[in-house]
Amino acid sequence: MTTLQTVFSKARAENRAALVGYLPAGFPTKDGAVAAATAMVEAGCDVIEIGLPYSDPLMDGPTIQDAVHRSLANGTRIADVMRTVEGVAKTGAATLVMTYWNPIDRYGAARFARDLANAGGVGTITPDLTPEESGTWLQESKDAGIDTVFLVAPSSTEDRIGKVAKICTGFVYAASLMGVTGARDSVGSAAEGLVARTRQHTSLPVCVGLGVGTGAQAAEVAAYADGVIVGSAFIRRLLDAPDEASGLASVRELAAELAAGVRR
Amino acid sequence: MSLTEGPILTAADLAGNGVYGDDPDGNGKFGVFGGRFVPEALIPALDEVAAEYEKAKNDEEFLREFDHLLRTYAGRPTTITEVPRFATHAGGARIILKREDLTHTGAHKINNVLGQALLTRRLGKTRVIAETGAGQHGVATATAAALLGLECVIYMGAVDCERQALNVARMKLLGATVVPVTNGSQTLKDAINEAFRDWVTNVDRTHYLFGTVAGPHPFPEIVRDFARIIGVEARRQVIELTGALPDAVCAAVGGGSNAIGIFHAFIGDEGVQLHGYEAGGHGLETGEHALTLTAGSVGVLHGARTYVLQDEEGQTIESHSISAGLDYPGVGPEHAWLKDSGRAVYHGITDAEAMEAFALLARTEGIIPAIESSHALAGALKLGRELGPEATILVNLSGRGDKDMGTAMKYFNL
Repeated sequence: MTTLQTVFSKARAENRAALVGYLPAGFPTKDGAVAAATAMVEAGCDVIEIGLPYSDPLMDGPTIQDAVHRSLANGTRIADVMRTVEGVAKTGAATLVMTYWNPIDRYGAARFARDLANAGGVGTITPDLTPEESGTWLQESKDAGIDTVFLVAPSSTEDRIGKVAKICTGFVYAASLMGVTGARDSVGSAAEGLVARTRQHTSLPVCVGLGVGTGAQAAEVAAYADGVIVGSAFIRRLLDAPDEASGLASVRELAAELAAGVRR
Repeated sequence: MSLTEGPILTAADLAGNGVYGDDPDGNGKFGVFGGRFVPEALIPALDEVAAEYEKAKNDEEFLREFDHLLRTYAGRPTTITEVPRFATHAGGARIILKREDLTHTGAHKINNVLGQALLTRRLGKTRVIAETGAGQHGVATATAAALLGLECVIYMGAVDCERQALNVARMKLLGATVVPVTNGSQTLKDAINEAFRDWVTNVDRTHYLFGTVAGPHPFPEIVRDFARIIGVEARRQVIELTGALPDAVCAAVGGGSNAIGIFHAFIGDEGVQLHGYEAGGHGLETGEHALTLTAGSVGVLHGARTYVLQDEEGQTIESHSISAGLDYPGVGPEHAWLKDSGRAVYHGITDAEAMEAFALLARTEGIIPAIESSHALAGALKLGRELGPEATILVNLSGRGDKDMGTAMKYFNL
């Protein structure tokens, strides 16, 4: 199992940013998600976030909504998410689960943390769990030995960045702009400032996500962040592909482009 | 004090009863319910709204302006009407309706909307967004936006747009942009998701004018306080009419704003039973219902911990009701708290029972109620038979049925 600490020290030693890719479990199919994530790792992703498909993804844009909807229609359950993590972790990438809070809450925080650790997962990203509500999850994650990643946003005050950074382990997720997930023509101009502000509060790596989808954007973000997070652009490639094989090829191509970007 | 003299709204009216867990704690919790489960990006905006509301509710100028709008624009105080011919079907108990259907725009939603529209102006924001189910909150928001010159965008499930086409037309006429939401179940819950997505994108100039007592803190508290006037007035009016408090207060519960609005002033009155009626749809056993408090479990939906219709892995289960305004798989956290504390009890009313009460009130009293409110009327019919002819039951007639004529025409073959 590769830890986040290992990933970021290796990237730092190579004087580059880490590349983090996101895909929901069960999309395009249960096995297809593992195949796509494997292609992403082979082409240069250091970290994979497996999304836990949720019925009410209120911070996701249309691309991820579409993928999640298809995944749920495919009958994806939490056991499938764990199996996906297990499959992806075998590639050697540090593998996280990104999920809204309610599925963990309902499944049982202790059980979820334990099952994720047993599947080879190294942590979670929980975008709607605030520091005020995080107590139980921090304890269970610590007990299971997994990392807890939370988000800061351009709107975050110094006080909030401090509170969020304090409960993060592994890395801090900086949202590049005010908005939902989805590739955009340009990465938010607020991102660099937010990374700098976050560094005032923590020595953890700071990764930037939301709106990144090209090698050029990855290079731009890699200049000031420790990691570049890409989700919707990968999903878009899979949605647009006429069949699974060309989808995999397309995802591999994008991962290679982004991997070159973070090394520029 | 006569209801037509002096201010109809005071700081004390907004501030609550000062009894038990009245106001949420520092983290926005009513007991274990409520709180904030939202992206960090929205926390500063929620803090800003909470801080501005704290200032506003203690500001005489704000209260005067709100009072003025409620009186001269919304048509407050609304009257109460005793309905003896309807009550003969309820075992002869006295039934008194609080006539929120007589407000401008036709439902209790206008109270909250005017308060939050004034708050929007204080926040220095120029744009409001809102979700709507039946379209009543959308119409009320579009109305207030027109009145105060605010840009207005309403998110409405595509299914709801179809069953409430008249309200869509009203909103457009009032100058609002109506965005049909085509993802998920295409009803209220998906409209809320979409409104949150807009808010996080445009939060610098936009206020999310939340329409019910659900959602993240401080919305459950703010919406309750602005709807509280319903119960404050009704309590005085019933005492004036009957010389005593009612034995029970009945209200329909979807998200829960009209119910909290009429319940809240009675919470400290221990002898007054509080009954909430959820949409039973086709019946509990069919799985097609919106019985969140009656048959749901504790979880997180739309930013708050509350009762939710969900499966064993926390996926929201789609609700069903003939009434778009009650077709919601969550409920306000204060209702969850009232349920668990035992202070209020919640029941289900099926589509068929609600439609029967809808027609009965029209035929016996010449009042066409909203289908939402008809759930409370159907509940009162049952409750009256239980409590007997000595009982007095206050029912919140939260809205009028004009918007429901399409549904009624189909249902009754009119």
